[in-house]
Amino acid sequence: MARINVNPTRMELKKLKARLSTAVRGHKLLKDKSDEMVRRFTVLLREDRRLRDEVEGDLSAALKQFALAGALTPPYVQETAFSMPSAKIEAECGTESVMGVDVPTISLSETQAPAALPYAFSEITSEADDSVKMVSALLPKLLRLAAVEKAVRLLSYEIERNKRRVNALEYVMIPQLEETIKFIRDKLDENERAAIVRLMKVNTPVS
Amino acid sequence: MEGKMAVVGSAATIMVFKAAGVEAFPVADEKSARETLRKVARDHSVVFLAEEYAEPLQDLLRRFDEGAYPVVLPIPTGKETGYGEEFLKTVMERALGVDILFQK
Repeated sequence: MARINVNPTRMELKKLKARLSTAVRGHKLLKDKSDEMVRRFTVLLREDRRLRDEVEGDLSAALKQFALAGALTPPYVQETAFSMPSAKIEAECGTESVMGVDVPTISLSETQAPAALPYAFSEITSEADDSVKMVSALLPKLLRLAAVEKAVRLLSYEIERNKRRVNALEYVMIPQLEETIKFIRDKLDENERAAIVRLMKVNTPVS
Repeated sequence: MEGKMAVVGSAATIMVFKAAGVEAFPVADEKSARETLRKVARDHSVVFLAEEYAEPLQDLLRRFDEGAYPVVLPIPTGKETGYGEEFLKTVMERALGVDILFQK
């Protein structure tokens, strides 16, 4: 590992020692951060998988039901039936910090009364009612999944970045500093020995 | 903070979301999906995207990952694309380097 190009003086030695201790402390902190992030990440990852399995099942059931309804009515009737939605829902969006990463938290604004279906019963078959109800019931879960999935995504990037920082400290910065400190110390010792020898030489009487 | 929700996908499947109160934006192909998604993401906090467009629009989705919002969630709409498993594998590999869920 290449050492840093500095003058071998006591002053530089002192500076480098301070930098080394900062680097070591930073490395330890970042490593702890990384461990905790990975722990959180695995928890979220498992939740994401569970939610996705549930949502996939429910949603495909709802869509199948809806396709059935679509098959029983001509498309233009269906279109007019659904063209004016009576319900309008909003999501409550916030952010939460997971190990310094801002992740979204989303929930439905308020428990809106199960909105009336946006069409007349004469317009379309009851399969459509079921599918709309299923999707409405599914929305909170979908929002939760959206938030968890985004959190997983954001955390994965952050873990990657953090890992890079930890490695840079561990395998580049710290060895480099250690080597430079050793080099300066050797050099200073060498100078000291040279000075002593010189003094001894000066002190010996000329024969 | 109040956020709007939207769904982007083929007209036939997103109709049901519209009835449930989510704003619906029908798209026909990848190109229109890209444009619509870009527009919709600007003023909606949560966007559900039909799963079949998640793969071709990956670069665009990647750009939404810079902040907490907008949140774009690919949802299954009948066509099986294996997005969910693929997603889990990618993030797992990126963050941990090992497979802790599927272990094949």
